[in-house]
Parts: sequence; C-alpha cells; structure tokens
Amino acid sequence: MSDEVSPRLHVPAPAIRAGDTPDFSHVTIPRAGEVRRPAPDCGAEEMRDLAFSIIRVLNRQGEAVGPWAGALDEDTLRAGLRDMMMLRTYDARMLTAQRQGKISFYMQHLGEEAISCAFQRALRQGDMNFPTYRQAGLLVAAGYPLVKMMCQVYSNDGDPVRGRQLPVFYSSKEHGFFSISGNLATQYVQAVGWAMAAAIRGERHLAAGWIGDGSTAESDFHGALVFASTYKPPVILNIVNNQWAISTFQGIARGGAGTFAARAHGFGLPALRVDGNDYLAVHAAAQWAAERARRDLGPTLIEFVTYRVGGHSTSDDPSAYRPKEEGRAWPLGDPILRLKAHLIARGAWSDERHAQAEAEIAYQVAAAQKEAEAIGTLHGGRRPSPRDMFEDVFAKMPPHLLRQRHEMGY
Amino acid sequence: MTMIEAIRDAHVVAMERDANVVAMGEDVGYFGGVFRCTAGLQKRFGVERCFDTPISELGIVGTAIGMAAYGLRPVVEIQFADYMYPAYDQIVSEAARLRYRSAGEFTCPLVVRMPTGGGIFGAQTHSQSPEALFTHVAGLKTVVPSNPRDAKGLLLAAIADPDPVIFLEPKRLYNGPFDGHFDRPSTPWSKHELGEVEDGVIEVPLGKAHIARAGAAATLIAYGTMVHVAHSAVDECGADVEVIDLRTLLPLDLEAIVASVNKTGRCIVLHEATLTSGFGAELAALVQAECFYALEAPVLRVAGWDTPYPHAQEHDYFPGPARVIRAIRAVLGG
Repeated sequence: MSDEVSPRLHVPAPAIRAGDTPDFSHVTIPRAGEVRRPAPDCGAEEMRDLAFSIIRVLNRQGEAVGPWAGALDEDTLRAGLRDMMMLRTYDARMLTAQRQGKISFYMQHLGEEAISCAFQRALRQGDMNFPTYRQAGLLVAAGYPLVKMMCQVYSNDGDPVRGRQLPVFYSSKEHGFFSISGNLATQYVQAVGWAMAAAIRGERHLAAGWIGDGSTAESDFHGALVFASTYKPPVILNIVNNQWAISTFQGIARGGAGTFAARAHGFGLPALRVDGNDYLAVHAAAQWAAERARRDLGPTLIEFVTYRVGGHSTSDDPSAYRPKEEGRAWPLGDPILRLKAHLIARGAWSDERHAQAEAEIAYQVAAAQKEAEAIGTLHGGRRPSPRDMFEDVFAKMPPHLLRQRHEMGY
Repeated sequence: MTMIEAIRDAHVVAMERDANVVAMGEDVGYFGGVFRCTAGLQKRFGVERCFDTPISELGIVGTAIGMAAYGLRPVVEIQFADYMYPAYDQIVSEAARLRYRSAGEFTCPLVVRMPTGGGIFGAQTHSQSPEALFTHVAGLKTVVPSNPRDAKGLLLAAIADPDPVIFLEPKRLYNGPFDGHFDRPSTPWSKHELGEVEDGVIEVPLGKAHIARAGAAATLIAYGTMVHVAHSAVDECGADVEVIDLRTLLPLDLEAIVASVNKTGRCIVLHEATLTSGFGAELAALVQAECFYALEAPVLRVAGWDTPYPHAQEHDYFPGPARVIRAIRAVLGG
C-alpha cells in the first residue's frame, strides 16, 4: 500500500515551442530502402513492424533504392513533379488572393504536396477519395481544370458548388473527389460505407478515406476502423501526420501510443508508415494498398509522416506556437526538391528544364486566375444568385422553402 | 397486421422491387431486430442485403451515408431513438447537407428508422421523442406514422425518396393503438380497421396530412401516438373536434392545418415530446401567423413535461386524455 500516491494529470507537451531551436532528434528516420516490402496478401500479424518504421525510397543522393522503389517511368515521374509544382504555385497564388481580400479564406499544402499528388496516381476511374481540406493534389493529379478549382475558391458564378462552401471545399464525382465536409473525421467512416456498397454490388471500385493526425481522436476514426475490420471492404484508410493540429502537437491525439499507424493493429488491419515527403514511397505504398483492395484482400491503413510547413489556414499564425525555422529543420526534406533531384540523378531532368517548367506553370496558373477573376471574386463580378441558395436542400423544393424564397424576392 | 408486420412488409416490397435497398443495424440481421421489424429479411434476401452491425450509431449512419452516395438505398435501424445522438453529427452535418454542398453531385437517399416515444416503462433511455431535433435541420424529412397502413405506405415513400428521411416509429403503437389510458387494455391492430393493410405497394405520400376525424368546433393537431390520445379525448368530452394526423412533420402539410383552423377557429397542438422548443411551438407559430383572424382562442399546446422521461411516474408524465380534455374545454371557453 505504500506505493499509493495521488494521481496527477499528465498533459503531453512538445519539447520545442516558439522561440526554441528546432529539434527533430527524437524522430527516428530509417535509411531509404531499409524497410522490407511484404507481399500484399501478407497477414496483418506478420507485418506489425511496418507500423513502427518509415518506408522510404529516395536517398540523399536522389537514388530510388530498396524493395519499395517501384517502376514508375520517367514520363510519369515528370508528370508527378509537375503536379506538385502546380499545386505549390496554385497555393501561393491563392494565398496572395486571400491577403488581397479577393477570397475569404485559404488552406495551403506547403510541404505535403507529394501525398495527394502521388496517391491519386495509384487510383483508377471509378475509385473515390473522401478527402480533407489538404488533399487538393488528388484533383490536380486527376486532371481537374484549374479554373474550376479557382472559381470554387472565389465562390463566383463559375463555382461548381454554387458558392455554398468555404474555399478549398471542392467536389468532383467524375474525378473521384467526394464533397468535403469540414467537420473533421466524419468522412472517414463514409469511405468505409462507400467501399461496403462497392462490395455489396460486387463492383471493382475502391475508396480512400483521409484524416489528419489530430482528428484520429474523433470517435468516427474508431467507428471507421471497426466497420472496416468487420466487413473488410476495399478501402484505404490514410492518416496524414503533419505533426500539428493547428497549435496542438501530435502527441495530444496520439497519447502514449507508439504511432498512429499502430492503431490499426487492434483491428487486425495491416498498417504501413510512409515518408510522406517521398513521392516514390507514397506512390508505392498507395499501389500496394490498392492492390490489396483490388484483390479483395481487405482494408489497409497508411500513416504518411510529413510536416505542415505553412499555417493551418490563412486564419492561423504558427509563429505563436512553434519555431519559425522548424519547417527547414524537418528531416524528411522538401518533396519537390527530392523528386527533382531524383529525376536529375536519373538524367531525366535538369535545372534548366526545372526553371522552364516553373515559368510555364506560373504562366498557366496566372492565366487561370485571370480567367476565374474575369467571372468574379467573393466580393465582385458575377456571383451565384441568392435564388440559388434555396436549391438542392432537397431534390424537390418543399412549399416552406419556396415561400421563403418568394419572401426574399426571388 | 401489426405496425411491426407492416414495417417488415414495406421492407420486403422495397427490397423485392429494388436490389439497391439494403437493411442494417444492431441485431437487425440474424435476429430480425429487437422489435422484430426486420425478421426474416436476411433469410429471404441474403446477408449482403440485411445484416448486423457493430454497436456504433455513428458507424451505422456514417457507413450508410457512404453507401447512399455510392447508389444504394440503405434503410438503417437505430435500436431506440434515444441512442441516435452518437449519429447526430453524421445526420445533421453530413446526410442533410450532402446534396446542398455538392450542388446535387452527391446525394443521400437514406432512411434512418428509430422507435420513438414512451409508454412501455422504458425510462429516460427508451422513451424520448426527438423529432424537433430533426425538423430543425435543413435537408431532412421527418415522418411519424400513427397506424400500420400509414407505416407501410410512408416507409415505402421514404425509401423511394431521393433525400434522407428520419422515420420515427412510435413503439407504443407497434402492437396496437394506445389511447393514453394505461389502466385499460388496448385493442390489438388485428381488431382495428387501420390494421388492415393491403399487399404490395401502398401509396401514402410524404407531406400529406390526414384528417383522422372531422369536426367543426376546434382542431387538434397530432402525430404518432397522440393521434389515438386525441381520439379518446374527443370521444370522452363529446365535443365536435377535428383531429389532424400530420403523418409527416417536414415537409409539413400546412394547407390542411390552415383549412381546418380557419374553419374551427380553435387549435390545440399535441405531442409527447417535451414542451419547450418542441415541434408544437413551430405549429403554434404557423397557425397564429396564417389563421390569426379566424382564431377565437389562443393556440394551446399539450406536451410532455420539460423533464427527462421518468420511470415510475410514466403515467403522470405522458400527456394523456385528461390533459387533452382540459385543453379542449379551455379553447371552447368551457
């Protein structure tokens, strides 16, 4: 009995805060190529180690090494590089547009471009992502028109969702991009349901759920894993661990557990932990999980380890809670520079071609922006009609809504 | 046919005519539901179309939303309406808004069934009537049948509807009409004319009220169990009172209400749910705005007391015929 003491509340805290020197020495980074690649039909119990390591392909010399190196051809890799560059340029433009007051709000991907851009390349027409607000690379890589994306952000008359959603809450069924909710984690379990429907119908489509490190704490995450574990539908459950949930470090959601990936083990689901800043590693992991889904081997959970270099949104000021230089200190580097170095090492790219591509992309984005702004911005030009706000509440407008619309004068 | 059999029959008809209709929920598959509303469906249609789920209301509704967006027509059961709160975020933030926020690109043809109301000594976790929590949400339809025939027809309409429908089944009516008299045995549906339910498809459209009893002196607006309480109260006090069975709360058949109150000049709203901010407040507000010059008396409400649903005091809590009769006398000036 002498061991008894009064309990004390344990509140995890990051070792490093604003004003401190960045330090990621606690993050264990395995060498590229070091992590084994089990066969996709490997049982979850036989591959538990993969939830505690980090699958990496690109080494410091820019070489693709090890069993996850894959066989993406140079055209595909160059297209992937362009996708990431396009997303970064687009983000920078939209960020400026927000600062200029042309849009209300924006969320950028800085440092996380590889995850959504590479993942999409493992999907097919008819597959469906249930994304969060930081996976617009899925749309870019699926070839969604840039002008349409911008019109959504501007909430102008060209906005496919008629000005009803916050900027970046895109939706495109054709491009396998489910309408974004904004209530965190709710769509993780819907992805499981969508995949269950594909299984009920016996149709060869897979679903991909997306969630951040912070919102894995929501009960929807637990529900999604329970249902995925029970019905084993063709679903890939992605966790983007970018270290920060606004100002809250990932240790608050993770608690005492080893990794987010390891959460899958209690559900008997195979889990991978992947370098999210390594385009080739992301693609290889996505391909591995997609193969499992397409062979009806069941769900896969993937934790992508990355770092949110920018603020959570334009309403956020990360310098208030973490060192300004932390992004530069992040040990997994910059996804664009890493793929660029790889292509150059392969003799498939050069600094000159890169500079030329940058100029072309900047021109394309500027031209798209001009086109979108010619339609309108949040505060000027052609905007969706107020009449439109009463549409699509129901398939057929009930009498009370019609009365309210008439009352407004439409 | 009991209301349970009518609900089961609606499932059979819907599942036979559309392979996209699937039923799921806690104990719904092998056992057929704790109230037996889905009994036999798994055997008849296979485990892929009627199956048991983990005990996770958010999981049930959340996966059903994904299924509905895919193109299925899930009909899910929440074992008791009192257990729907973990799914409330999925219902309110997701099912109700999917069509709107995607401008019709993604839709959610989903039916969420749940037994509602008290009268079975279920205390605060098996007796609540949360309809106002749904009617307050843009994008949801809310249905409360009062008899087996309506239950079958309305459930078929709900399953065929392109939008999410909350289907509240008054559990006290499952086996027979309950008129609020706890001391008397209730008639089984087999001895009641509304227990006669035709085979096959029945058309009972959403948004259309039913004049359950014609009268000229006052209008009682009710739904679910309270329709039967209204009947017994009117029988007992002998007044010439009209009873409207709303059947669907949203969309609301305002025309039927206005026509009746303009005729009678007096109106009482009944519901079993708690009084404050209940659906009755909406009805009273609409009636005073639409029928102001016809009204001869204030609109009254008879509802559950603003307390959690008690156990031992259930009979005192339930808004039975005595309270309804007092309200009728008050509006008639007696």
